[in-house]
Amino acid sequence: MQRSFLSRLTGLAAWFAALLIAFPIIWMLVTAFKTERAAIAVPPLLIFKPVLGSFAAATAQTGYLSFALNSIIVSLGATLFAVIIAFPAAYAMAFRPGRHTQGLLIWMLSTKMLPPVGALVPVYLIYRDVGLLDTRTGLIILNMLMNLPLVIWMLFSFFKDIPAAILEAALVDGVNTRQQMQHLLLPLAAPGIASTALLSIILAWNESFWSINLTAAHAGTLAAFITRFSQPEGLFWAKLSAASVLAVAPVLLFGSLTQRHLVRGLTFGAVK
Amino acid sequence: MAGGTKVGGRREGRGWPLLSPAVIVLGIWSVVPLAMTLWYSTRYYNLLDPGRHFFVGLRNYDLLFSDPGSLTAIANSIILVASVLVISLIVGTALALLLNAEFPGRGAARLFAISPFFVMPPVAALIWKNLLLNPLNGLLGWMMGLFGLPVIPWFSTAPMVALIIIVSWEWIPFATLILLTALQSLDSSQIEAARMDGAGPLARLRYIILPHLGRPVAIVVMMETIFLLSIFAEILTTTSGGPGDATTTLTFLVYIRALLDFNVGGASAAGVLAIVLANIVGLFLMRSVARSLNR
Repeated sequence: MQRSFLSRLTGLAAWFAALLIAFPIIWMLVTAFKTERAAIAVPPLLIFKPVLGSFAAATAQTGYLSFALNSIIVSLGATLFAVIIAFPAAYAMAFRPGRHTQGLLIWMLSTKMLPPVGALVPVYLIYRDVGLLDTRTGLIILNMLMNLPLVIWMLFSFFKDIPAAILEAALVDGVNTRQQMQHLLLPLAAPGIASTALLSIILAWNESFWSINLTAAHAGTLAAFITRFSQPEGLFWAKLSAASVLAVAPVLLFGSLTQRHLVRGLTFGAVK
Repeated sequence: MAGGTKVGGRREGRGWPLLSPAVIVLGIWSVVPLAMTLWYSTRYYNLLDPGRHFFVGLRNYDLLFSDPGSLTAIANSIILVASVLVISLIVGTALALLLNAEFPGRGAARLFAISPFFVMPPVAALIWKNLLLNPLNGLLGWMMGLFGLPVIPWFSTAPMVALIIIVSWEWIPFATLILLTALQSLDSSQIEAARMDGAGPLARLRYIILPHLGRPVAIVVMMETIFLLSIFAEILTTTSGGPGDATTTLTFLVYIRALLDFNVGGASAAGVLAIVLANIVGLFLMRSVARSLNR
């Protein structure tokens, strides 16, 4: 009896804490449905007539759609290239490990130790000279580089979970490496590849440092859009909230899908 | 390496064509920017003064370390990282313990608790700056007023505290998620046995659960440190490093030097310092990850 009361109390406390953590997001969502006047009302309005005007105003903002399109192209493009490069590498390390495999994995992880700001000057100068400043290609390259170690590690850790005997059996049947990867590993590891790709998309979508510093009018992603939008229009809370909701919603959705494998990816397999 | 993963006893040489694209790409990425930053850090080079571009030895470093602003920036970086680490670990552990219990709607509650992790930095910063912490119209100001507390103009009187609040909110979910995963891998029979032996909840926490969290805590500390040293958009959208240099971190200092002052040499020297700091932490991380590979 006492125990069930205690566990009910724990459940209540857990729900309260979880909602408290999520509250700023919920409050942003609420604000997005207010008029500008209602958004800054004191005391804050809890009961109000929801309007969609702020969403219309935010999306009508010059360039909003192209920023959104840039976010989609950059995050998908960077992820596609990262997975294409990582897939064979992870295959080789998982199924044909050699003396150098472990050192290689650690070295790949070590490339994450370069803080973006340590590469800012050279990347800026190179991009300026080859005309990659403010281009989607430039952002795709950088996001791909930032995510590649993580994608390789995550794929590697998923591949290790696949029994090698299955691939071995195919080899006996005279299947070559390419066929093995394409017809066996790809379908077998599909859920793992999907989780990896989702995490890479999320990270690229939210990437702000390069997007803010290397883009202007053409290739900016939504992170850059929100940052710039906030400067002259910071007082329009409802509009800003609506724009933010639209920028965050897809990733919140993706995030809830890949939640289970998030830890494996973010800790490079150190915690499973 | 776990046994039985070798296919057909092939030699490792066969793997190189498959590995080379990744190795080449990452090889370039790990050498070229670093070499260029090192090179520029020994040169006088300002984009606003394009005619002059020459070797100055260690003068940029000399200027960097004799400038009180850069010492402030290093101190600010350390304060930000350390505070966020402490807060996210304490709150994260508490949250993970709560969310590890059995209760209705646990999956949904977990999703709510980790949701801030998916919010992009400028959005996270702006929610707090405007909707919550604004002294005139913000929700928190109004709530504090209800309790008779003074209204605090956060970003002018306590900018670092405000920044720490924002960044902690972003990183609590990361700590929670990793500690929660670790808790779930804890053998429940062990806890049950301790309970049977008369160990109370506090004793179980102290002697079984917390020791089990040692390694995941280390991972959280190291991963978060690497990301926290690079915090940028949150500062840009809230304080722009100010007032004065109250919230200028090392990362933000490099940004100011490079893209506002166009001082390539000075920015590179500060960049090298940032790289060194990150790699000190990184070394520990890699050792701990390498150990997990061998398990």
